[in-house]
Amino acid sequence: MVMVGVLGLQGAVREHVRSIEASGAKAIIVKKVEQLDEIDGLILPGGESTTMRRLIDQYGFLEPLRQFGQTGKPIFGTCAGLILLAKEISNQTTTHLGLMDMTVTRNAFGRQKDSFEAALSIEGVADDYNAVFIRAPYIERVGEDVHILATYDDAIVAAEEGPFLCTAFHPELTEDHRLAKYFVEKVKESKKSLAR
Amino acid sequence: MVNVGTDRVKRGMAEMQKGGVIMDVVNAEQAKIAEEAGAVAVMALERVPSDIRKAGGVARMADPTIVEEVMHAVSIPVMAKARIGHIVEARVLESMGVDYIDESEVLTPADEVFHLNKKDYTVPFVCGCRNLGEAARRIGEGASMLRTKGEPGTGNIVEAVRHMRQVNAEVRQLVNMSVDEIMTYAKDLGAPYEVLLQIREEGRLPVVNFAAGGVATPADAALMMQLGADGVFVGSGIFKSDNPQKFAKAIVEATTHFEDYELIARVSKDLGEAMKGIEISTIPSHERMQDRGW
Repeated sequence: MVMVGVLGLQGAVREHVRSIEASGAKAIIVKKVEQLDEIDGLILPGGESTTMRRLIDQYGFLEPLRQFGQTGKPIFGTCAGLILLAKEISNQTTTHLGLMDMTVTRNAFGRQKDSFEAALSIEGVADDYNAVFIRAPYIERVGEDVHILATYDDAIVAAEEGPFLCTAFHPELTEDHRLAKYFVEKVKESKKSLAR
Repeated sequence: MVNVGTDRVKRGMAEMQKGGVIMDVVNAEQAKIAEEAGAVAVMALERVPSDIRKAGGVARMADPTIVEEVMHAVSIPVMAKARIGHIVEARVLESMGVDYIDESEVLTPADEVFHLNKKDYTVPFVCGCRNLGEAARRIGEGASMLRTKGEPGTGNIVEAVRHMRQVNAEVRQLVNMSVDEIMTYAKDLGAPYEVLLQIREEGRLPVVNFAAGGVATPADAALMMQLGADGVFVGSGIFKSDNPQKFAKAIVEATTHFEDYELIARVSKDLGEAMKGIEISTIPSHERMQDRGW
């Protein structure tokens, strides 16, 4: 069985753990850098991206996370996690892990009162997916190696680039575990090919 | 099909705050310090609870100028307080685009009988609770997040501890009951039956529950996390301390790593003096904020 870590500095950690366990993988909460060695794939959960970045810096996670990304092990970022993965963030000069070639806009749909649920079609995953957007970002530009998986109102809200997967919404907040399963499959395949 | 203001969206917003610290601020400058220190949200106020306690008189919703100033200063969510039962203060804050409203006993209640019907609003609400009955009533009215009441503005953690233990003990009791016992338990607690049934099924509260009311040190914050809080509100503690920047960071770190005692020892060093606390028994009963609301 593959082992998926959920970065546990802040945010919706428990929900991702539940979702991964429901998808046939083992899950652990990653709070220390050493734990990255134990896992086959990593989830960057939703939460407050500015807060997570402060904590990533304080605990020396930045370089280890970038290195983890370069090993080819899959990473799945949801909402704040998507912001952490992006190479560019609109209206700010600082970025975080910079692993996916895309430009994202924070709080792109507005404040909390504009947060919403909507039906989405996600390529290769589901065509009837109820997505929960909370003070969500969107992807406004993608590089040529980034594959767009879903759009909402012309904004890109899910994408994939090699081992990296990201969504602007929160798959962990519903009982629909199809995205988690999709990610677990990615982790299984990468474990097989990395072992060769 | 697009839905705004659903339970999932409102409760989900609080889920994203888990493991974090929400800090009371009274201006843009403090809000920036809070954001810089790693706060997951700020509570925009005119006065922090300890000053409200000192000033006496009627405490109301903050001047919208302050709330707006804070909203412009930071990109993390901004919360604000409305008086218990004050429909218009809540609507005003909602119209301003505040991300979360605290229907708070820190302010003087506008209604001593009825709390807000929070299901009516697009904006989510957080409410205080001292026990499971109170928690379930607030959830029944539509609260999307809970916090212990504690005793705000005292710098004394004892009441927050009492309330967190009480709620969690009663949840455990409920989870172990058979379904035929629940209606009587609902009657005894004065709690909505359906909410109790749901809690029993899921084995936990359906919304996150933060600690609030008396958190004054990093160790206090870590204590509340160990007792099962999903996160921590810090009111007067930070900006009434000698070095707010350092203090705010220390509280955030202790909250994240609430079981790492060496780390808590390290961040607790040389913080300067914490806010001066108040012994609860010296507060006359009519001045106890936790007894406001029911």
